[in-house]
Amino acid sequence: MAEAAEVRRRIYVWEFPVRLSHWVNVMAITVLSVTGLYIGTPFLYPVSDQSFTMGWMRFLHLTAGYAFLMMIALRVYWSFAGNKYSNWRVFVPRSKSQVQDLKEVTNYYLFKRSTPPYDEGHTACAAFAYFLLFLIFLFQIVSGFALFNNDSHTAVHFILGGWLANLMNIKTIRFWHHMLMYPIWAFVIVHIYLSLLMDSSGKNGLLGSIFGGYKFMAGRG
Amino acid sequence: MGEGKDLRDSSPTVYQALRQRGVSRRDFMKFCSLMAATLALPASFAPKIAEALEKAKRPSLVWLEFQDCCGNTESFLRASNPTVVDIVLDVLSVDYHETIMAPAGKDAEKSLQDVVKNQKGKYICVVEGAIPTRDGGVYCCVGGRAAIDIAKEVCGNSLATIAMGACAWDGGIPSANPNPTGAVGVKDVISGVPIINLPGCPANVVNLTGTVVHYLTFGSLPLTDNNGAPLFGYGTRIHDACQRRAHYDAGRYVRQWGDEGHRNGWCLYYMGCKGPETYKNCPTAQWNDRTSWPVGAGHNCIGCASPKFWDTMTPFYSRLAAIPGFGVESTADKVGLGLAIATAAGVTAHAIARAGRKHIRHEDEEKTAKTEGK
Repeated sequence: MAEAAEVRRRIYVWEFPVRLSHWVNVMAITVLSVTGLYIGTPFLYPVSDQSFTMGWMRFLHLTAGYAFLMMIALRVYWSFAGNKYSNWRVFVPRSKSQVQDLKEVTNYYLFKRSTPPYDEGHTACAAFAYFLLFLIFLFQIVSGFALFNNDSHTAVHFILGGWLANLMNIKTIRFWHHMLMYPIWAFVIVHIYLSLLMDSSGKNGLLGSIFGGYKFMAGRG
Repeated sequence: MGEGKDLRDSSPTVYQALRQRGVSRRDFMKFCSLMAATLALPASFAPKIAEALEKAKRPSLVWLEFQDCCGNTESFLRASNPTVVDIVLDVLSVDYHETIMAPAGKDAEKSLQDVVKNQKGKYICVVEGAIPTRDGGVYCCVGGRAAIDIAKEVCGNSLATIAMGACAWDGGIPSANPNPTGAVGVKDVISGVPIINLPGCPANVVNLTGTVVHYLTFGSLPLTDNNGAPLFGYGTRIHDACQRRAHYDAGRYVRQWGDEGHRNGWCLYYMGCKGPETYKNCPTAQWNDRTSWPVGAGHNCIGCASPKFWDTMTPFYSRLAAIPGFGVESTADKVGLGLAIATAAGVTAHAIARAGRKHIRHEDEEKTAKTEGK
């Protein structure tokens, strides 16, 4: 038994587009959060009469927003074109085994179960969290372009989000665009913690997999 | 306006009426240039406007006041140059205006009825104030009649109706939450006649005059935006024409009333300016004969030309809307940060709990692993 546990299978789980979108999003969300906070409440004081602080902040915010949009689009495409671990079916727990997995993972997090669940790709719990996060991302993109369209009034920005201004007034859009940043921060905190936890308890190279794509699963199945 | 009425009866053109009132040719041409500029037309249009006004008969105009504060009337009469007041009053030939007309009581109401009866489909109706609809419209009555009935009759028979100010446009302040009187704008109760909306609290008189001059010059009402507001007056964002815009891009903000930035004329964005959301020609047309305008005078824009501004643009002195139930500015960030901190605390607690459990259940774990068949 002990020997079998030491035999690891090397599985290519996260393909390049998945890893690319992950890391570009990490950078984009960081930039978007910092610049977004400044745009909401300009916390920096001017240091010279040559400064262009808000101009640069908005430039960075909009550029990072475009990068973010591209990565979300790539990831949506890859959920149809990619391998089974990145497929869209993973993200909503529908099948029996997914529901069972969701229970096991939750039990593990609640200390009701001492061994981590065995998942090659996302756990059902993680996948569902990513689905909810995806919905927040979608709203952030649409509301972001709704606010942008208020400046620019272009057809592209209207299609990407300007139409939202016909459903909600611009202040409400701004409010939720701002507020939904905080659940994303909360997600990031939990995400990093659980990645460390599952890496150390699962001993499957989970943390490294988002860099190289490979997981090293114990020899089951 | 007894005098104005006499002039209309003898049917002089706009220009003749002005000359009779002692307005010089020079002032008349200045007025035509101002109108060309207001309508965003090239200067070469000023003579064309002059030509049109020389020939045009003055349209009769009635001014209805409903749930209002008279602010648009004040704005209408506030031109600092008396000549401009004369021109405006004469171009418009105001036949009925509760606040400034000479007759009172039945006589006043009769002059309104005369216009509606004799000039059906030929007069311009300006409405100031919201129209209450709840309980049969009893919350605003003039001469014993509900505002909604008067509006339907007078606006319904007009050539065009101009909703002057935020209240007449979309209900404005009377319709602000919780809207006890069921107040609505003119567009919500009147159909079948062209309606030009002039949002703003108050609307600027140059946009009213501009709309009428546009009609006299081109024979048509000006092009309008989604809100039914003329594009010449409401097509540009305040933020984009703002004299303090460079300070915005540079990151130079007023952070407290009367601070150094305020005295230096820096951007009012930090203080809650709604210029970035508001479309109106305040920065260029300005107020009181181009004396100044709110942002020019050091106060942030409150977005009074935006839909439902009393509900959607408040708090006026904060960029971010307040969370309902908290009632304090900047609570949004406190709640959000609270969520992030609570999450971090939860994660830490989980990690500590796990470490504790692991220590206690170390022996159990080995057993479980065996029974699960690893």
